[in-house]
Amino acid sequence: MSDRHPLFIPLILVGGLIFGFGLGFSHMARPEVVLNFLQFDDLGLPFVMFGAAIVSGIAFWAMPRIRDSAPLTGSRYERRLKPFDKNVLIGGAVFGVGWGLSGICPGAAYASLGVGNVTILWALAGMFIGAYIQGYARS
Amino acid sequence: MAAELFPNGISRYAVGGFLVGLGVVVIYIGTGIPAGASTFLESTLSYFSGQSRFRQYVSSRNWRVVFTLGIILGALAFAATVQSGLISTSLYEPGSTGTLYEFAGITLWTTDVQPWRLFVGGIFVGIGTRIGKGCTSGHGVCGVGSASKTSLAGVGTFLLVAIITAQVVAALGVSP
Repeated sequence: MSDRHPLFIPLILVGGLIFGFGLGFSHMARPEVVLNFLQFDDLGLPFVMFGAAIVSGIAFWAMPRIRDSAPLTGSRYERRLKPFDKNVLIGGAVFGVGWGLSGICPGAAYASLGVGNVTILWALAGMFIGAYIQGYARS
Repeated sequence: MAAELFPNGISRYAVGGFLVGLGVVVIYIGTGIPAGASTFLESTLSYFSGQSRFRQYVSSRNWRVVFTLGIILGALAFAATVQSGLISTSLYEPGSTGTLYEFAGITLWTTDVQPWRLFVGGIFVGIGTRIGKGCTSGHGVCGVGSASKTSLAGVGTFLLVAIITAQVVAALGVSP
């Protein structure tokens, strides 16, 4: 931790600021907008996730071809593919129930707090409880 | 037709998505880390719990707190500028969801979705994202952006189940 590059934490903060501004601007930080998408009343939401995936995908594709390792960590640019097993489907389904019921996911919940949505603390409390239950059960 | 499917247009979604992706790119270029949002839940629990499951995140927990603070502050910056009308752009469609309120000269926003839905849904989200190894940003943005088959399977699953869940809940008359 102490041997981290001095710009490591500031860069993470800048990335988070842009990420959060984008979630606010897109209205994905509003549960109503997510629910309106899932109920097919407004189909614009996929432009957020897939738009972001395309932009980040360009960097994931290009960076390993431009240089070997990241300047602030020395980590190699590589695809870190998560292994597939049935938990991806089980977890995805449980996540889907929660997302469909509440209209909020973790990143959007942090951003929702930032746009003034104090009520979202209910969802954040639920997420911590859920993550704790899952971690306790697995430990 | 387009106005029916996209009553709020697509520009606010596309611009927002571009910025979300840009945030991921900035961190990836500097650090090589494809950052997702949901590991923060477990990594932050490691400050309070000695459970072995959470210990694996001790080395990343500090920057994950900074990332989450950045997301909150970035959204606050959006509220203080675009949402408050200080900056106006034709790319932004304000819509009519939820409730706007004023605080300290800033136009803030709060949801009308019922707290029990947020709380119970949040518990499922917290369990599911940790079993499934990712959420909308980890799988949906970083994973799909890496053309990871694992993430595509995860995203397909949670999209389908979420659509069914939201439609059933709406059909049962729960609103908002």
